[in-house]
Amino acid sequence: MLGRTANGLFWMFRYLERAENTARLLDAGIRMALTRDLATAEDEWRSVIAAAGQKRTYEASHDGYSGAEAWNFVLRGKDNPANVREMFGAVRQNARMARNAISGEVWEAVNESWMRLEKMLARPIGQGSVSEVVRTIRLAGTLVHGALAGSMLRNEGYHFARAGTFLERGDSTARILDIKYYLLLPSLNYVGSSLDSGQWDTVLRSVGGDRAYSWLNAGQMDARGIVEFLVLDDRFPRSLAFCHGALRDHLFALARLHGSDAECNKLIREADIKLTDLTIEQIFDQGLHEFLVQVERTNAELGQAIAEDYRFLS
Amino acid sequence: MSSDNFDEMFDADGGTRSAYAGFRDWYDEQDNKWLRRKDAEADDSFRRTGITFNVYGEDEAEERLIPFDMVPRVITAQEWRKLTKGIEQRVSAINAFLYDLYHRQEIIRAGRVPARLFQNNAAWLQQMVGFTPPGGIYTHIVGIDLVRTGPNDFFVLEDNARTPSGVSYMLENRETMMSMFPELFAQVGVESVSNYPRRLARSLAACAPPATEGKPKVAVLTPGIFNSAYFEHAFLADQMGAELVEASDLRVVGGRVQMRTTRGFEPVDVLYRRVDDEYLDPLTFNPNSMLGVPGIMDVYRAGGITIANAPGTGVADDKAIYSFMPEIVEFYTGEKPLLPNVETWRCADDDSLAYVLDNLAELVVKEVHGSGGYGMLIGPTSSKREIAKFRKKLTANPQNYIAQPTLSLSTCPIFTKQGLAPRHVDLRPFVLVSPNGVDITPGGLTRVALQKGSLVVNSSQGGGTKDTWVLKD
Repeated sequence: MLGRTANGLFWMFRYLERAENTARLLDAGIRMALTRDLATAEDEWRSVIAAAGQKRTYEASHDGYSGAEAWNFVLRGKDNPANVREMFGAVRQNARMARNAISGEVWEAVNESWMRLEKMLARPIGQGSVSEVVRTIRLAGTLVHGALAGSMLRNEGYHFARAGTFLERGDSTARILDIKYYLLLPSLNYVGSSLDSGQWDTVLRSVGGDRAYSWLNAGQMDARGIVEFLVLDDRFPRSLAFCHGALRDHLFALARLHGSDAECNKLIREADIKLTDLTIEQIFDQGLHEFLVQVERTNAELGQAIAEDYRFLS
Repeated sequence: MSSDNFDEMFDADGGTRSAYAGFRDWYDEQDNKWLRRKDAEADDSFRRTGITFNVYGEDEAEERLIPFDMVPRVITAQEWRKLTKGIEQRVSAINAFLYDLYHRQEIIRAGRVPARLFQNNAAWLQQMVGFTPPGGIYTHIVGIDLVRTGPNDFFVLEDNARTPSGVSYMLENRETMMSMFPELFAQVGVESVSNYPRRLARSLAACAPPATEGKPKVAVLTPGIFNSAYFEHAFLADQMGAELVEASDLRVVGGRVQMRTTRGFEPVDVLYRRVDDEYLDPLTFNPNSMLGVPGIMDVYRAGGITIANAPGTGVADDKAIYSFMPEIVEFYTGEKPLLPNVETWRCADDDSLAYVLDNLAELVVKEVHGSGGYGMLIGPTSSKREIAKFRKKLTANPQNYIAQPTLSLSTCPIFTKQGLAPRHVDLRPFVLVSPNGVDITPGGLTRVALQKGSLVVNSSQGGGTKDTWVLKD
């Protein structure tokens, strides 16, 4: 496979994941804003924008935070080069570039979703339709992943696609946790005490884990339980442990196909050692923020190594 | 436009010609409303699968559909046999002509075509002189544009010997028809076109260069996703199981052209290039260009790669050469052309120019190097002012033009809200050439002028396409 094509597949799925994660953030924000007073809602939207990594660009063109401003900025803001419309455009662009490395079904899933979203995002999104837009973005991810699972050869292209997905997903979960880590600080002294359940519900909802968490924990909301769930629980497909494991598997599948270990395999093995047998106490001892920063740094290094190992650009 | 032109479906009394009998039987049983719904579905299906071409507007590239008409264009087995013989003869002659032009130039020594034809031709490549491409093939893929004026009257309108496009539409139009109206294909025996990509892959592999080790590795070279025909490039690469490369993926390493893969550089044996000559090799063609693969021409000349079509083939397909095709066919095959040319006046000749200037209102005048239906005059449908304007351009630079009579092009019905309505059509069959011979897929691209009376079928100017059927015997 061409290095350029591998790059296209990798980034096609990173952008797809990014668009979906951004939609989940908005979903949580909308939910939160509905159940809160206006002042708190403003905080909530500030935090959504921050979690999306778009605080600076948003504040450059807005005086305050409101729901409609925030979601229009994130979804289709002309002054936001990283809006969802652009992200999905990049998904399709990369799919077009890698067109002969993906199945017709994957391509059609991308193209149809793109056409639907282009139509929806052509005009400002009002209160009445934002949930439908968010749902459509989420379904686009479901559709493309389904087509991939059901129609793609398990060749290197498949593994590049999956590697992109899990690198991006793990990175996103880490960033969302990091944005909210300060919520945990007061609780450190009160381990086991009940938190502002609304806030934590938002964090869980942002990664689509609210139902899974309460199912596993019988609804008990405490900092320790939630962090453990999002970081270490490898049953949950958006946890750091799960994403790390999946990424490792796909990178090793690539190494097997290529007949040799690459730099990225070495890096992920090192990260593996750090994560193995890690307990939630150790994470809190080390400092959650410090831990998450380390995860994000490793992710960046991995992305770099994958691109170099497989000659994405040169 | 004239009522006396030949309609391929209906005879003068309104009866259905035999070629269309099967379609007519089916059509008469269909409900018009249902067909209209199907018509809209076809558009959706093309959009969904992304069969679009890019158009450059003021702001950004826009993707458009080429309109598809669901009434098939039908050719009988007998007609097709005749056409293929003529096409084979013509394509073989073009290939022999190119070999001759770049070697001993017998045809010029014999005084059958003037030397100025290649001397003043921008497509002529000095670097090709004395070099024989692998397998002796110059034109691996050719599109011959045909028009029809009567039951037995087909003419060649144009030879596309460089990089003919449109074959993906031949394939996708058939796919669409078969998925919309499967029962129609059960009722009428139609030759399949779907194995074209396999035939193309086989034909290209048969032209592999001497340096090939093992199974020839084929790649399609595209200018990139912003090219108007990118869909087709990706489509063909995908269907052939070939790599789709851009020039930036290629590099000359160790005397071979190699592509950057995830495993490192790997040699390409046959490059089906969909870029023009001048974007192939900056070292050879345009030292200031960043585009292309530096050194690829040296590798080519050393037998390290096959480039399809060969660089320099463009010299055989401009409209000035076209006017000499009857002589060219006869010179190399020793036979009279089976497929006639449209009568053509070369404005470079004084007598012809005088005739053309006297009869501008009746003629079609085309630029020698033009394509896509641009820069031409269609006398009968032009205003006096347009003609006067064109007259100035023509007299200023007569060797840049040829003129042809306005043909009474055949029509084939299209489906409209009011039912069937005749529109003018042409036909581009796709021809593959390899050392194993000439291979013509039974079908082709039928282009149709969607506006009533219009003779312009180019997609860039509002033309559409049809599925083209060659009936089984």
